Amino acid sequence: MATKRLVLTFPEKIVTKPITYRLVKDFDIQFNILRAEITADIEGKILLELKGDKDKIEAGINYLLSEGITIQDASKDIIIDKEKCVNCGLCPSLCITKALIINRQSYELVFEKNKCILCGFCENCCPVNAIKLKI
Amino acid sequence: MNKTIEEINGKIRNGEAVILNAEEIIGYVAEHGIKKTAKNVDVVTTATFGPMCSSGAFLNFGHSDPPIRMTKTWLNDVPAYSGIAAVDAYIGATELSESEGMAYGGAHVIQDLIDKKPVKLRATSYGTDCYPRREIETFITIENLNQAYLFNPRNAYQNYAAATNSSKKTIYTYMGKLMPNMGNVTYSSAGQLSPLLNDPYCRTIGIGTRIFLAGAEGYVAWHGTQHNPQRQRLANGTPSGPAATIAVIGDLKKMSTKYLRAATFYNYGVSLYVGIGIPIPVIDEEMVEFLSVKDEDIYTEIFDYSVQRRNKPSYGKVNYGQLRSGNVELRGEKVLTGCLSSYKTALEIADVLKSWIIKKSFYLTNPVCQLPSEQKVNVLNVLSEDEL
Ligand code: SF4
Ligand code: SF4
Repeated sequence: MATKRLVLTFPEKIVTKPITYRLVKDFDIQFNILRAEITADIEGKILLELKGDKDKIEAGINYLLSEGITIQDASKDIIIDKEKCVNCGLCPSLCITKALIINRQSYELVFEKNKCILCGFCENCCPVNAIKLKI
Repeated sequence: MNKTIEEINGKIRNGEAVILNAEEIIGYVAEHGIKKTAKNVDVVTTATFGPMCSSGAFLNFGHSDPPIRMTKTWLNDVPAYSGIAAVDAYIGATELSESEGMAYGGAHVIQDLIDKKPVKLRATSYGTDCYPRREIETFITIENLNQAYLFNPRNAYQNYAAATNSSKKTIYTYMGKLMPNMGNVTYSSAGQLSPLLNDPYCRTIGIGTRIFLAGAEGYVAWHGTQHNPQRQRLANGTPSGPAATIAVIGDLKKMSTKYLRAATFYNYGVSLYVGIGIPIPVIDEEMVEFLSVKDEDIYTEIFDYSVQRRNKPSYGKVNYGQLRSGNVELRGEKVLTGCLSSYKTALEIADVLKSWIIKKSFYLTNPVCQLPSEQKVNVLNVLSEDEL
C-alpha cells in the first residue's frame, strides 16, 4: 500500500467526477480530496491524496496524464519563515484559497495550512524571501 | 487653543504630554470632538515601513597605507559610487551584485553593515603622486568606518498608486507579482498611519524635523526628489496619488535591521524597506482635523502595469479601507489585494516613537524651513540640443 499526494491542475472543461470515479473503479485507488479550487477563467486545482497499490497508482497517474491533466508531486509544503516575514501582506493577494491572510486585529500574516492547495503562486512573491516551497 | 512646539516640549519635559498614535487619534476625535482633542492631545505619532528604492548610505573608509584615491569601489561585489573624495563612497540600495545579481544588492550590503557583519571592500584607482596605491582588497565592518550615514533622496511618499495587470501573462514589477487578467491588486502605503497623509500640507514637517529613522534618530534633510505638492487634493487635504516626498538622513551605526530590511522583488530587483516615524505636534484644531484622517477617507487610483508606458490606463479610485479589507471590486468582480508596506511594523514604529517621547529621550522640533509648496514634476523627453 502506497500513499501519494498530488496537485492536479485541469482545464475548466474537464469534469472531476468521472475521473475520480475511474480512479476507484478501474485502478482500485482510494483517494481523498484534501482541497479543491476551481476559479472561473483560471484552471482548476485539486490536492489529492491517493492510497493503493504502487503499480496501480502509477497506472492511475498515467491515465490522468492522458486526460490532459497536469500533475505535480505535492509531498511538499509551503513554509513561512516567521523570523524573516515583515507582515507586509503582499502574499495574500496571490492566494486564491485565502490560506494566507492578514489578520484584521493583529495585522499579522496568518497561514492556514489546511487551506493551502500548494499551487505555488505565492512562492516567488515575497520581497524578503520568507516563503519556501519545501520538498 | 493653539500650542507652540516649545509649549509641547515643556509638557514632555514635565511628563504631562498626551501622546497618541495615528490610529488611536481617530477614535479619540470621534469620541471627544475636534476642540477637546486639540486641547487634550499634544503629539500624534505617525509611521510607515515600506520598500523605498530611493535610499542609500554614505560611507567613509579611512585611509590605507600607502593611500588610495578610490575610483571604482565594490562592497561584497556590489558597485558603490566613489566619484567623490578619496575614500568616500555612496552605496545605493538598488545596485545589484556583479556576482549574485538580484539575490544580493546595495540594500543587503547596508543590512549586513548594520548587523556588524564583515563586508569585503575592493577598490581600484589610476594612482596619483599623493595616492600611489592602485588597488586594495580588505574587509570592513561598520565599527571601523569613520562615518556611515543613511541619506535617502526620496522616502515616505505621500500616497502612491495601486497596481493591476490586464494582460494574459504574469508580470513582475516593483509593485510585486501581478497575476494575469487582473488577478490581483497591490498597493503600498501605511494609509491612516502614514506621516505625510497626516500632515498633508506639511505644516509641521519641514527641513530639520527630527524623526525616527530605522530605529535611530534622524532628520528631514530636504524635500524629496519628485516632490509634487501641487497634486489635486480632497477636502481633507489628502492627494489621490503620489505627491509630497522627503529626503531623510540619519546615523547608520545606530540603526536596526528590524526597521531597515533588504528586499528582492522577483524578476525586478532589489529595494530597501525603510521604517520612518514622524511625531506631529497638535498645534491647533486644523491639525486635529488632518490627523483624524482614516483609511476610508484616503483614495488611490488603480493603474494597469501591463501597459509599459509612462501613462498607464486607470481602473478607477478606491480607498485604503477597501484595499485593506483583502479585496476590491474591479469591473464587477472581486479581486484580491496585497500590500507592499507593513501596517503592523508601521504601528510598531509609531508606538516606539511614542515611548521615546514619554521617556523624554526625543523632543519635537520646529522646521528650520518649510518644504516647497509650489513645485511640479517634470518628465524626461528625448530631445536634441536645439529642441531644448
Ligand atoms: S510576502 Fe513575505 S513578508 Fe510579506 S506577509 Fe507574505 S511572507 Fe510575510
Ligand atoms: S501555495 Fe501559496 S498561494 Fe497557493 S494555496 Fe498555498 S499558500 Fe496559497
